[in-house]
Amino acid sequence: MSLEIKTNVIQPRRHTYSHIAKRLGADKPATRYQEGTWDLQPTVNFHYRPTWKPDQELYDKSLTSIQMEDWYTFNDPRQMYYGTYTMARHKMMEAEESHFKFIDKSNMIGLMDADWQQKIKTFLLPLRHFEWGANMNNCDCSDKAYGTAISQVALFAAMDRLGMAQIISRVGLLLDDNTGKSLDQAKVDWLESDLWQGVRKMVEDSFVLDDWFELLVAQNLCMDGVVFPLFYHYFEDAGIRQGGTAMSMLNEFMQDWGKDEKRWLDQLLKVTAAESAENAALLSKWAATWTERAVTAFTPIAKHVLGDEAADVMSSIRAEITKRAKKSGIEI
Amino acid sequence: MSRIVSITLQNNDDARPIIEAIEKDNPDATVNLYPAMVKIDCDGRLIVKQETVEGLLGREWDVQELHLSIVSIAGNVDEEDDYFELSWNI
Amino acid sequence: MAEKRKKKLGIKQRYSMLTRGLGWDTTYQPMDKVFPYDNYEGIIIHDWEGWEDPFRLTMDAYWKFQSEKEKKLYAVIDSFAQNNGHLGITDARYVNAIKLFLTGVSPLEYQAARGFTHVGRQFRGVGPRVACQMQAIDELRHVQTQIHSMSHYNKFFDGLHSAPHMHDRVWYLSVPKSFFDDARTAGPFEFLTSISFAFEYVLTNLLFVPFMSGAAFNGDMATVTFGFSAQSDEARHMTLGLEVIKFMLEQDERNIPIVQRWMDKWFWRGTRMLTLVGMMMDYMLPKRVMSWREAWDIYFTEAGGALFADLARYGIKPPKYADIATKEAEHISHQAWNIFYNYTHAAAFHTWIPEKEELDWLSEKYPDTFDKYYRPRLEYLDKEEKAGRRFYNDILPMLCQVCQIPMGFTDMDDPTTISFHSSEYQGNKYHTCSHGCKDIFDYEPEKYVQAWLPVHQIYQGNCGGAEVPDVLKWYNFNLGADNMEYQGSPDQKLWDEWQAHRKKA
Repeated sequence: MSLEIKTNVIQPRRHTYSHIAKRLGADKPATRYQEGTWDLQPTVNFHYRPTWKPDQELYDKSLTSIQMEDWYTFNDPRQMYYGTYTMARHKMMEAEESHFKFIDKSNMIGLMDADWQQKIKTFLLPLRHFEWGANMNNCDCSDKAYGTAISQVALFAAMDRLGMAQIISRVGLLLDDNTGKSLDQAKVDWLESDLWQGVRKMVEDSFVLDDWFELLVAQNLCMDGVVFPLFYHYFEDAGIRQGGTAMSMLNEFMQDWGKDEKRWLDQLLKVTAAESAENAALLSKWAATWTERAVTAFTPIAKHVLGDEAADVMSSIRAEITKRAKKSGIEI
Repeated sequence: MSRIVSITLQNNDDARPIIEAIEKDNPDATVNLYPAMVKIDCDGRLIVKQETVEGLLGREWDVQELHLSIVSIAGNVDEEDDYFELSWNI
Repeated sequence: MAEKRKKKLGIKQRYSMLTRGLGWDTTYQPMDKVFPYDNYEGIIIHDWEGWEDPFRLTMDAYWKFQSEKEKKLYAVIDSFAQNNGHLGITDARYVNAIKLFLTGVSPLEYQAARGFTHVGRQFRGVGPRVACQMQAIDELRHVQTQIHSMSHYNKFFDGLHSAPHMHDRVWYLSVPKSFFDDARTAGPFEFLTSISFAFEYVLTNLLFVPFMSGAAFNGDMATVTFGFSAQSDEARHMTLGLEVIKFMLEQDERNIPIVQRWMDKWFWRGTRMLTLVGMMMDYMLPKRVMSWREAWDIYFTEAGGALFADLARYGIKPPKYADIATKEAEHISHQAWNIFYNYTHAAAFHTWIPEKEELDWLSEKYPDTFDKYYRPRLEYLDKEEKAGRRFYNDILPMLCQVCQIPMGFTDMDDPTTISFHSSEYQGNKYHTCSHGCKDIFDYEPEKYVQAWLPVHQIYQGNCGGAEVPDVLKWYNFNLGADNMEYQGSPDQKLWDEWQAHRKKA
């Protein structure tokens, strides 16, 4: 249709949207991440106050005490918009799916020591409720966050947490031959077992935090900073000694996800702390409080799985969070 | 009183066997062609059967693959492993 | 090792285990503090487990299907840009529909994403929460794919460069913006009734289906592709809309009058907003698929008829003023086009007088009204324009306090008399365009008096200055390019140039 027309006749009149050009400093081609993220959120002239919270606007900077001159200072280093996000997750899930298939076919679960199978039921399966809590918390952050850049990473994370809760649930169904009994028991443990009450209390307390940025730090830096190395590194190592290779395969999605989370989160913390001394101080306070809580809350489960090694493991996990935070300009 | 349930699908290669299966399994259905899409109406009830689609496709077909071709629906949805059904209770 | 016989899980059971089983009743913090917003609207829920999941997509399946859709869509977007697909459309006038879409509709997709994220956290039932979260991320998909599809048009045509800025400020864009602000500032159940039910289930077909079919007919493959790709999510969203209604109605009979009132309100608010779509279909598509009237008959009268017959068993009646809306389908697109023809110097898209064959098409599609009321006006305006007196209205219009459309609609039984209504509230007088809008105002005046009415704001000096050009600069319009009559616009000149080169070649 267009081939007959010489290309010099159809020169573009502009290269990107004007709000994007303004941020780029010139009218030049922009990435899909930039066009699909920057300035999408309405900022002024809202028509009505929320009937559910009349003292705030629909999009309101005062929902956190963190202050930013520009809430698009943070950009997702992974450049994820919906399309790249779903394609990346599908790729991870495809690999995970082939692990599930292989393990099911070769009955690798049966190769695990019976004690270890039992143990997985008590430490891993209740974690699906923790993941569900992480879904709620990231959803809350996405709801209250200012600007599309942060709101969308939190929404992606929220959906990921639902996905991981479902992967853990499927491990349960592998262990209980699809009866769902292990999942029922895991819920009883989550609600009643002493091992889990510290974690559950911490999660429920996080549900009612007012400041969404504090919630983001509590969940993604502190709680996840404990859970991902503890469950998918240290517990996995303990399992390998008891025939738990199948779990090493199934943990892959979570291991990859944990690395992926660090990439955006550390960048977000870094630009936020660099903005002002006040921001850095707030982040430090929150990080210190919630790291302490997370380490304490997960210690009984660490002991349950690792025995005497637990204390050393927990202190190295704590050291790792402190080191990561420091790199982002946050002193714990 | 109108009891028409309806499913609209894209008019493309992926949807064609589904459209054909619907015509097979719902002899009373009316197929309306629009630019780039097909709207199929049926009185009271309309079913998409996995078995029929698989027969036409010559491969396994997950009922949820319907999500790739669907444009719109009218009716209460019942989605199962082996069928997708729209109906009104009236 | 002997293979164990495993139970095969059905889709419903599997979904229930992988999703519904995840939630728990909190005890360290009271449930009402964890979920503070889901009971102040008066909706009574006895058993959240009574929620029927509309679709049963686990995240693995979600990622799989959605990534496949995205891969296909972006392949089309890439090829559209590489092959200068904009040259394949029927006529550059068509792009004005795209402009209205990007500035008026795409920002609503973003609002929907944030709205569903909010309720996706706030419902205490796991089932509705997951359904809402999936819709939230779908809506993010829609806004992003629309921006990416239209990015190519922005490179060649005016009026597409500042959608978010304009959506927050421009007078006619406050119609869709206030619609969504209204829904989002309501409680979670009203939000779902407004967006998922009234908008997605009852009315969205009127927006997407004829419009996308129209795009296909007009050679706009990028829009067709994002449109249909988005619609494939819409089927899930519609089902959520119907489910939430049934859920509320089944839980307690005291919910019925509340739900009915919401349906009445949001049906009316939705039809008012869709006026813009009616105008797109009847006037802005160079090749037309169906008239607004025909779309109304198929997607509201017929599909809506079956739906409300189905809901009658709960004691639900068709929306109040549905009969008026059906009468309006004969008039509304013509009246709206007339308003924009008057004010196109203050709009970021062009208007024009339809060509003769197009007028004939309208005469054929609207035999009872078009020749009698609207064709003579258009022919008169056409004569004026040809005589060098293209009419622009320099007096700012009064806006309806609720729908925010200029008060230009008529009484449907007397299409030459403008319909005016008003209400008193705390010593002030507020104007509305219809019984529907007046009812909405009168039920919740404390909400609607807050409206950021563009014309009031201009007169109060909050919009860049006292003169129209100052306001337009504040809108970030490129004067003489984004606005004014299509004939003689830079868009038209460039299009004609391309056509001339094509002929030469």
